Amino acid sequence: MKREYVNIGGRLPRVDGMVKAAGEAMYTGDLSLPGMLHGKLLRSPHPHARLLKVDTAPALTLEGVRAVITGEDTLKFLAGGIASPGNEPYLAFEKVRFVGDAVAAVAAVDEETAERALALIDVEYELLDPVLDPFAAMAPGSPLVHDDAPGNISFETDLSFGNAQRAFATCDYVRYDEFKTAPIRHGFIEPHAALASWDTSGRLTFWGSKQSPYFTYRNMAKALDIPMSKVRIMQSYLGGGFGGKNEMFNLDFCAALLSMKTRRPVRIVVSQEEVLYAYRQRHPAWIKLQSGFMKDGTLVAVDAEIVAEGGAYKGIGALSLYLMCTFLALPYRVANLRAKGCRVYTNTQPSCAMRGHGVPQVRYAAEVQLDMAARELGLDPLEIRLKNAIQSGDTTGNGFEITSCGLSETLLEARGIVERWRGETPADSEPHLKRGIGVASYGYLSGPRMAGHNTSAALIKVHEDGRVGLVTGSTDCGQGSDTVLSQIAAEVLGIHLDDVQYGGMDSEIVPLDPGVFGSRVTFITGNAVKWAAEDVRAQLAGVAAGLLDAEPDDLEFRDRRVFVRDEPDRGLPFAKLVKSAQYSGTGMTILGRGYWAPEDIDLPRFDTGMGNQSGAYSFGTQVAEVEVDTETGRVKVLRLAVSHDCGQPINEMLVEGQLEGSSIGGIGHTFTETIQRRRGQTMNASFLEYRMPTALDACPVEVTHTDTVDEMGPFGAKESGEGVQVAVMPALVSAVHDAVGVWFKEVPITPEVVVEALGRGAEAAQNADARRGADARRDSRDDGRSRDGESA
Amino acid sequence: MVEITLDVNHSSYKVGVEDHWTLLDVLRDSLGFTGAKKGCDHGECGACTVLIDGTAMQSCLVLAVQAQGKAIVTIEGLARDGRMDALQTAFHEVGAIQCGFCTPGMIITARALLGRNSDPTEDEIKEAMSGNLCRCTGYVKIVEAVQRGAAAGKTGAGTTGATNADS
Ligand code: FES
Ligand code: FES
Repeated sequence: MKREYVNIGGRLPRVDGMVKAAGEAMYTGDLSLPGMLHGKLLRSPHPHARLLKVDTAPALTLEGVRAVITGEDTLKFLAGGIASPGNEPYLAFEKVRFVGDAVAAVAAVDEETAERALALIDVEYELLDPVLDPFAAMAPGSPLVHDDAPGNISFETDLSFGNAQRAFATCDYVRYDEFKTAPIRHGFIEPHAALASWDTSGRLTFWGSKQSPYFTYRNMAKALDIPMSKVRIMQSYLGGGFGGKNEMFNLDFCAALLSMKTRRPVRIVVSQEEVLYAYRQRHPAWIKLQSGFMKDGTLVAVDAEIVAEGGAYKGIGALSLYLMCTFLALPYRVANLRAKGCRVYTNTQPSCAMRGHGVPQVRYAAEVQLDMAARELGLDPLEIRLKNAIQSGDTTGNGFEITSCGLSETLLEARGIVERWRGETPADSEPHLKRGIGVASYGYLSGPRMAGHNTSAALIKVHEDGRVGLVTGSTDCGQGSDTVLSQIAAEVLGIHLDDVQYGGMDSEIVPLDPGVFGSRVTFITGNAVKWAAEDVRAQLAGVAAGLLDAEPDDLEFRDRRVFVRDEPDRGLPFAKLVKSAQYSGTGMTILGRGYWAPEDIDLPRFDTGMGNQSGAYSFGTQVAEVEVDTETGRVKVLRLAVSHDCGQPINEMLVEGQLEGSSIGGIGHTFTETIQRRRGQTMNASFLEYRMPTALDACPVEVTHTDTVDEMGPFGAKESGEGVQVAVMPALVSAVHDAVGVWFKEVPITPEVVVEALGRGAEAAQNADARRGADARRDSRDDGRSRDGESA
Repeated sequence: MVEITLDVNHSSYKVGVEDHWTLLDVLRDSLGFTGAKKGCDHGECGACTVLIDGTAMQSCLVLAVQAQGKAIVTIEGLARDGRMDALQTAFHEVGAIQCGFCTPGMIITARALLGRNSDPTEDEIKEAMSGNLCRCTGYVKIVEAVQRGAAAGKTGAGTTGATNADS
């Protein structure tokens, strides 16, 4: 059961809201320093080429140009890499590997001069055959993106528990389907920006737009070969990230190196067009999926082959692939699973984490297939999910320990929502407008636990007026973590949210922290803040105990006061206590320190998928209602609902905001968004051509929470905000099927795709399709095969 | 370089500009009004929206020289006499702000809408805001904030910097 708190659980407006509303929040591109130069990057127009010559001399003769750097001016540090060393240079040497790979960088007195200088750099390329399709990339004889990666294989995961092949033979019903998801973009509106200032003592101060400032801190020191103590990373406000601002990028490095060369501050703000073609994307995935069930809907076995297009570099792709494979084990019980994943290099922009990190792709496939199976078995989609829903106390075959789980509760909630909606939905008003409702569920992690440094840390400084300052290395990219972390500190100290000032990131003082990814901040950093606040409380309780002649353990901190439990009059104001501690005797400095990461976790192995990925898992069910115009193929999303188990929500309003944003984002991923490329060239590198949802696509989102508390989470909280994006695509696809009777196994479902599928009416052909696929792959029994073949 | 006079946030500024400089760049780089954000520089995201004689315009599509003699209001100029605009408060209170990068453009666009239609329907709000992209919020709370801002305007709680210019 949930407890009553003062600062936890309510609808508190965010701590940075007014500053942002006033237009006073400074993002990196808003910052400038005296004497600042402007940098720009020269990018390869070719997807794959050998660099024969990069002549910067003509550019250097242009008035106003202060420095030009190429790969030869660097130490050739290679960035990225989890599970093995990285392979991405910040400035290319030897080869360029995608259209947009950076070849040189210029610093000049203004942006226009820098732009003109780029045109003067003389680059000679020897064109190489590009590898533009992951399947062609794996074929024998394909050109290699990296010489040391035969077959263009970037990483492989082979997860197996139980015996899927044998288990299929015992199933009443087995089906095989092939799914495909599109390359999509993060879509943050603030372009990447970096400001670097180098001084004579050899110290670099850097402001960036980074989700994880400490990744930049580490890589910066290595790439420039300077001591970490000489790197100072500051963090401005951050204009959205969604996974796309996690890594240190070439602009960050180039701003620093150009500043080092010119002894001037250098700012680089890339254009949105550059963001769209030269930085990161979500891995597109090809998923072959076979699942076996008993008549009653029990999921018995799953076998998947996943090919993920990694683009030109490794990045953090090993983790992405691992997550794609392992999240076939959640959120349903399954005793037999084989998931083989292969991340493949191609000459396109690199793929990385994006909201839901790999999981949206595979769960789209698995949830849609589950619905197809339910229909074939004559079961309700919610019943089949309830039948298989994972429960608190379960451990998945690969080792995920489910310590708290409200999935079944969310499914029951969803059942009520579906019934209500069906009752409210009018009969189709026009013959060409068809309504449908779909559901899908998800599970997600609350912060990945990986080898290496993974601990969050927090510091709290108590001011003499009873206010406190809080810093952590986690950044707020919009999700509201500054607020959530401040609420946690306030709750422990019995003060008000207003009393906590969240300080910015500054690596000089802020402790090491991996930053923002994998939905880790509330759960992991939240616990670190709780510890830091408890540290402060213990120090102050020691002083108060003397003043009040009581035991420290008997003291309560509440409503800006400290008093003896059950004797509210025997106490003193928090501010007075602080002053007493600081002013009496030698005077105490009250600094609270906390650090935390889940302990005793069987660390995950990315190659086998075994191990426990997180200290806690969130769950939920998404419901969607759509209206399909069968003449134009347009799908209008009428409303969405999410029933969510994020443990104890720290802030209802912020959780709602996460769920709404994730949900509406998923509408774009399902119906409009895809990166179009021709011969490696991005054809829609603008917001006009790459269609993200606008206000016109927004619909009401009903949000409910389950009554779940996670023992390990701070005040019982788990992740929210990434997980829900996992189930949006399948819920929408299933709603479209409900409306028009067609399954779509490839997203996005653009109007053309819908019209074509409806026009085709070639059910028989598709049935044959599905059977052929099954025959080709399955060596299990012959009966109970897929018959539900109408698909697109 | 020519010297022009711009009327920004109720004060007048003399500033040297090149013919091809956008109003957005001059506001940000020459005058320090960085509340107008540069998301795309191509009229596609709405983050740079400012009021020009009460009409919401994407300042990356306006040349600075064209803006002479017009009343320009950026997000920094919306609060009057130390009081935040009702829309600013509403955006904050209903949770319509996440990363905040789209927020200045959103609030300015909404202010112009309320200037010409003090009681917009939900559809009218969505239509008016459809040129402003937000990846964080999903727009649900943004629409709610505009509704709340409109209601506050009716009770006189808001300050309106916008006039009924283009409608
Ligand atoms: S910056 Fe002007 S519309 Fe995007
Ligand atoms: S709040 Fe981040 S783009 Fe709107």
